[in-house]
Amino acid sequence: MYRYDEYDQQIVDERVKQYRDQVRRRLANELTENEFLPLRLQNGLYMQVHAYMLRIAVPYGLVSSKQMRIFSHIARKYDRGYGHLTTRQNIQFNWLKLEDTPDILADLASVEMHAIQTSGNCIRNITSDEYAGVAQDEVVDPRPYAEILRQWSTFHPEFAFLPRKFKIAISGGREDRAAILAHDIGLSVIKNAQGEIGFRVFVGGGLGRTPIIGNEICEFVPWQHALTYVESILRIYNQYGRRDNKYKARIKILVKALGIDEFRRQVEEDWAASKDGPATLTQEELDRVASFFTDPNYESLPDTNSTLNEFKADNRSFSNWMQRNVKPHRVPGYAIVVLSLKKQDVAPGDATAEQMDKVADLADRYSFGECRITHKQNLVLADVKQSDLISLWQEANTYDLATPNIGLLTDMISCPGAEFCTLANARSIPLAQLISERFDNLDFQHDIGEIALNISGCMNACGQNHIGNIGITGVEKKNHDEWYQVSIGGSEGNDSSIGKIIGPSFKFHQVPEAIDRLLQVYLRERIEAERFIDTVRRIGLKPFKEHVYATDFEVEPEETLSKKEVAPAQYTIPFYSPRF
Amino acid sequence: MKIIKNKTIIEDDWQVLRLDNQETTDNVTVAAGKIIVPLEVWQTQRDTLQQRENIGVWLASDERPEALKDDLQKFAVIAIDFPKFADGRGYSIAYNLRSRLGYTGELRAIGDVLRDQLFYMYRVGFDAFSPRPDRNIEDALKGFSDFSEVYQTSFDQPTPLFNRVKRKGNSAVGLINE
Repeated sequence: MYRYDEYDQQIVDERVKQYRDQVRRRLANELTENEFLPLRLQNGLYMQVHAYMLRIAVPYGLVSSKQMRIFSHIARKYDRGYGHLTTRQNIQFNWLKLEDTPDILADLASVEMHAIQTSGNCIRNITSDEYAGVAQDEVVDPRPYAEILRQWSTFHPEFAFLPRKFKIAISGGREDRAAILAHDIGLSVIKNAQGEIGFRVFVGGGLGRTPIIGNEICEFVPWQHALTYVESILRIYNQYGRRDNKYKARIKILVKALGIDEFRRQVEEDWAASKDGPATLTQEELDRVASFFTDPNYESLPDTNSTLNEFKADNRSFSNWMQRNVKPHRVPGYAIVVLSLKKQDVAPGDATAEQMDKVADLADRYSFGECRITHKQNLVLADVKQSDLISLWQEANTYDLATPNIGLLTDMISCPGAEFCTLANARSIPLAQLISERFDNLDFQHDIGEIALNISGCMNACGQNHIGNIGITGVEKKNHDEWYQVSIGGSEGNDSSIGKIIGPSFKFHQVPEAIDRLLQVYLRERIEAERFIDTVRRIGLKPFKEHVYATDFEVEPEETLSKKEVAPAQYTIPFYSPRF
Repeated sequence: MKIIKNKTIIEDDWQVLRLDNQETTDNVTVAAGKIIVPLEVWQTQRDTLQQRENIGVWLASDERPEALKDDLQKFAVIAIDFPKFADGRGYSIAYNLRSRLGYTGELRAIGDVLRDQLFYMYRVGFDAFSPRPDRNIEDALKGFSDFSEVYQTSFDQPTPLFNRVKRKGNSAVGLINE
């Protein structure tokens, strides 16, 4: 993976110093909260319901074991013993004190990490394919380009105060695993007919209140021009994106208002002035950055392993795990392993300090000391020898990291929800738990097969509800009651689509039953190996809608009625939000 | 009044004209002396104003620098207003004025100008800054030295880091877990 040279290190060290002084000035009241707010946000620090939350940048999701151990150190020393993996491949800590945050950044800088631009109206951490470099369908490894873009976007002076946040994702496989069509800019690294490398560029995708699938703005930008082209998109957006209404400020609204053709014309007019200029990427720089992403020392191994097959035949849970959590690797004899952080009674994406240490240890022993954070809030060991799978599985199991549910119903994406986030209308994590309980039966989950269930506590859609095959969104209702809209038909990847709401919203306790009824329709209607999303696409919304609303739902059981009073009491520190 | 120019604090006697509710671009009287007028006043009273020895113009964040394309040589100073420091349009206006339109005179940041943005402002082409008067101007000077190195090009630095210095590849840096 990429390593800092003295320039990268100096920039990050100077950031720690700058931020430490900003915190000092805030505590001394030399900065008002309003002035401090965008400064702390550009360093990933939010003031949440109970405490400060710090989001740490994990560039394109890649983490070394050494960095993972710093996460566990932060979890133990400054937080409550755990961290939370996000849908943009970052990690965040939810229970911090403002005064501690400069020291946390110093700890991060010691392992070449930071929290720069993980929030705020600027270019955010660049995300990528979690199987980059090891996927069988890869055309071009996107990681060197992701790193080059990371450096270009870091403290870009012109784009620190954009109309709104700006997210870039980059993917290099035939199958898009980075949801590039749901990003402000989506880059697909491709080869043209001449074998030259370039980018197919999409713009104006996004979720939130106005979900839109990105438009193609250019079918092939040669790699040398990637930075200047992306910069021109940002320059047009910075000047003309709306600033009068934060809900209409994302680039997708501008692209929609101008139309993709007019937007493209403006971008290309600007680009004409910088194309071939000094910011053009050089072969030397590409080679330098790519030198960090060469293959590890793979052994020559056979691609079949008889011990594995025998063990699989005898052990049902291992074979389930092999089926769901182990993915094919491009090198014979190796496999990609997904460690599941989705387990009943645990918030999706939460990892304890002990689990982090264990993952670091597993990475060291089984996967060249590296792991990855996925946008589905799991962890990946990308380079595991097939002959190590049994022992890896056994060890992962003892740390609750081997739930065989990757891609299944309980592998949910969930935002933190109203218990933590000041934006949310409704709780997400307890709902995810209720759903996990209801559908705990693994045989049932395996029978349902591949399905993406995504939960957001509000229409800002951090839980990516719009691209869930089933999407659940907390909506605002009177009396702070929690209601949820359910949509179906959303999906990510090459055939991205935005889900459609099936009808009136549901109360908290009704959601699992609503999901159950959706699944009943699927089981009734599916043809052979058809996935849930395929059935929805084939038969449309109507049969699902009819069945879900055909009979009444149970009234809310009495013991949960007073949950509003109960919610804050489970936390022991005083919190300052008047929310509850 | 004190401003920062070329990273030093200097005395400055330019006045920024901001129209009040009764004034319009054609009825406002531009006082004698060194005045920085709004773009629309310049456009309305151009014939008389361009006779003057010392005239400046300022752009609001929703105005276009191209509007001054043919007049750039006529101003002793061009200012760009930041109505709120979080309104980042001024950065692209400044960059375009310098890099695309070739303006070489004084480019001044006015309005909600604060220490923590000066480094970025300097990079896109501002060379003069009128920090918000309720803030300590000596303190604001520290904003320029937050970072000693930058990755990307902008007006202040036409060459990206990768073309300016010899950067290290994998063999020279080593593995992260060592």
